[in-house]
Amino acid sequence: MSTVVGEMDQHDDHHHHAPSGLTRWLFTTNHKDIGSMYLWFSFIMFLVGGSMAMVIRAELFQPGLQLVDPHFFNQMTTVHGLIMVFGAVMPAFTGLANWMIPMMIGAPDMALPRMNNWSFWILPFAFAILLASLFMEGGGPAFGWTFYAPLSTTYSSDSTALFVFSVHIMGISSIMGAINVIVTIMNMRAPGMTYMKMPLFVWSWFITAFLLIAVMPVLAGAVTMVLTDKYFGTSFFDAAGGGDPVMFQHIFWFFGHPEVYIMILPSFGIVSAIIPAFARKPLFGYASMVYATAAIAGLSFLVWAHHMFTTGMPVFAELFFMYCTMLISVPTGVKVFNWVATMWRGSITFETPMLFALAFVILFTIGGFSGLMLAITPVDFQYHDTYFVVAHFHYVLVSGAIFSIMAAAYYWLPKWTGHMYDEGLAKLHFWASLISVNVLFFPMHFAGLAGMPRRIPDYSLQFADINQIVSIGGFAFGLSQLIFLWVVIKCVKGGEKAPAKPWEGADGLEWTVPSPAPYHTFDTPPKGFDKPPEVK
Amino acid sequence: MSAQQGKPDNTRIIRRLLLTVIGMFAFGFALVPLYDVFCDITGFNGRFTDGQAAANTKAVDTSRTVNVQFITRVNQGMPWGFEPEVRSVRIHPGETKVVNFLANNPTGSDMVAQAIPSVAPGEASLYLNKVECFCFNQQPLAAGTKTAMPMQFYLDPEIPDHIHTVTLSYTMYDMTENATPDALAAFVQPAN
Repeated sequence: MSTVVGEMDQHDDHHHHAPSGLTRWLFTTNHKDIGSMYLWFSFIMFLVGGSMAMVIRAELFQPGLQLVDPHFFNQMTTVHGLIMVFGAVMPAFTGLANWMIPMMIGAPDMALPRMNNWSFWILPFAFAILLASLFMEGGGPAFGWTFYAPLSTTYSSDSTALFVFSVHIMGISSIMGAINVIVTIMNMRAPGMTYMKMPLFVWSWFITAFLLIAVMPVLAGAVTMVLTDKYFGTSFFDAAGGGDPVMFQHIFWFFGHPEVYIMILPSFGIVSAIIPAFARKPLFGYASMVYATAAIAGLSFLVWAHHMFTTGMPVFAELFFMYCTMLISVPTGVKVFNWVATMWRGSITFETPMLFALAFVILFTIGGFSGLMLAITPVDFQYHDTYFVVAHFHYVLVSGAIFSIMAAAYYWLPKWTGHMYDEGLAKLHFWASLISVNVLFFPMHFAGLAGMPRRIPDYSLQFADINQIVSIGGFAFGLSQLIFLWVVIKCVKGGEKAPAKPWEGADGLEWTVPSPAPYHTFDTPPKGFDKPPEVK
Repeated sequence: MSAQQGKPDNTRIIRRLLLTVIGMFAFGFALVPLYDVFCDITGFNGRFTDGQAAANTKAVDTSRTVNVQFITRVNQGMPWGFEPEVRSVRIHPGETKVVNFLANNPTGSDMVAQAIPSVAPGEASLYLNKVECFCFNQQPLAAGTKTAMPMQFYLDPEIPDHIHTVTLSYTMYDMTENATPDALAAFVQPAN
């Protein structure tokens, strides 16, 4: 890749005189601006959703009802889930895609910059609507982020329409983002960059975008059915009118399971970029990584009913979904094996991005194993709707997806800001997060196995100690993220000047442009691209 | 930057992706009838076509006995009393049986209701045949009256050997608002 260094000069503002102030951000079509806005937005949402988690953990610190009433508690669990899924994790990945995909494939911008602006700017409205619903009479959504009928139809508060419309807007935003990613990747790759030479982050986002296109419309359909059932007298999910509430779960999870891969596939791409960089070795099994990602995405459409083992499905269907689910661990295992093999005999250094990537590999694998346990139909009857499930999906989403986003942020911060972040503070953030995330989520496995149900504001006395430990871990994890905010602000404001390629072992087109990346990069496509950066 | 040579241009890809989006949105709704068809064919989920079965012409298999249980409930907010005359019957596959269900309308107004059946295990729904059932039609019941509603059924002798117990559940729904003219006709005072 070093052949293209130096071709890129600062093109700063010579074809746009960029407007300043608020209008710059409002009207920008620049992928870097939009990427930054996505990332800041997702971080704000992460803190908002996190504060709701703090309310949940404060209430659960002791048995009994002390701080909030159960209805408000239910709103907190619901909105925490919605915000973290649609407001924190997904926009963070879209932000990374906006920033990095054009720079990784040598394109000057995303293919559809005006749509890009729109897909970001409708998001704040979606979440304003969702959060406003909490202040309506009767409260906001309190039926869990999965909004099972009839909880979301017959028994929901009057503000459910706001929930529905906010999900519609989030869906439209995601779909536009996905279309943009696909068109960009298909049409704007640098000369010589065939599909099998794309960086893995680009590959994983390419596949994720297809998943988004396929399932977000189904989610939109599901919320629309909830809307008409509740307000317009249809009976999609109402047995009294010939509908079926179990069908809701089928439709929801047909979206919901691919959705969880939407939230983890880009992580795989990030980790596949970081591990070879800090192990100073080519990635082991580039092609198998691509095929494994595609295989996971394909299988994700065949496993939805493993969320529904206790709905009274026939044994044959339960076995089918059990085996399909277990099959997913094969491509996932390929990936974990490849990461470990990449590190084998590498000369590893432990800068913060690598620490987060390593923690990702270990903790995501733990989450994968508990997922495998949940996939076993007969035992799922015991685990279903307990804290074991909560522990499982937080291991894959917090110490999985979010850790990978942290890793990505540290890895590319020097490129974004032009400054090195404070390594000491960043390591403090890492170790505080690592310890607290395990104190927070590991004991939940035991609470769940012992039978503690999820989404309940009170619990039996025997769970008191475990919950106290979990809550302490929760508060510590929440506070640790403020260190991250501090590191980022400090890095934006100043710090040691970052070179174009701050990481010795890193490779890829994004490192061929100066740091901070100029407002416009790759106005002329880079030349000399001959293999994927991970392969070196 | 314009599209490079040999690559499809943006509009074509966007058009295809948008079609996929619309198609998947439609697919979400298509799942509703597909779900019904799938459940009807396989008997999954204990739902079954509630059509009238032909009169029983099957030979009775006296070597086996299946316990058929009846469960009744009324939908939330539905004021009727509704219960089976017997909680369970033991029958041979192929044997025809009539069971009465008792309903009463304790309110001061005429009401129309319909019972929706469900069978557990779902597999058994394919072998439970109803020759006559109150659940085929809406049931009108004048204020303060009660009635006995018959249900005539038999089990297909093909029913798998491992099924020893079949549970038939009825939920009674208030249909007064959506009553058919046939059901409402019951409330018309006979002309004198």
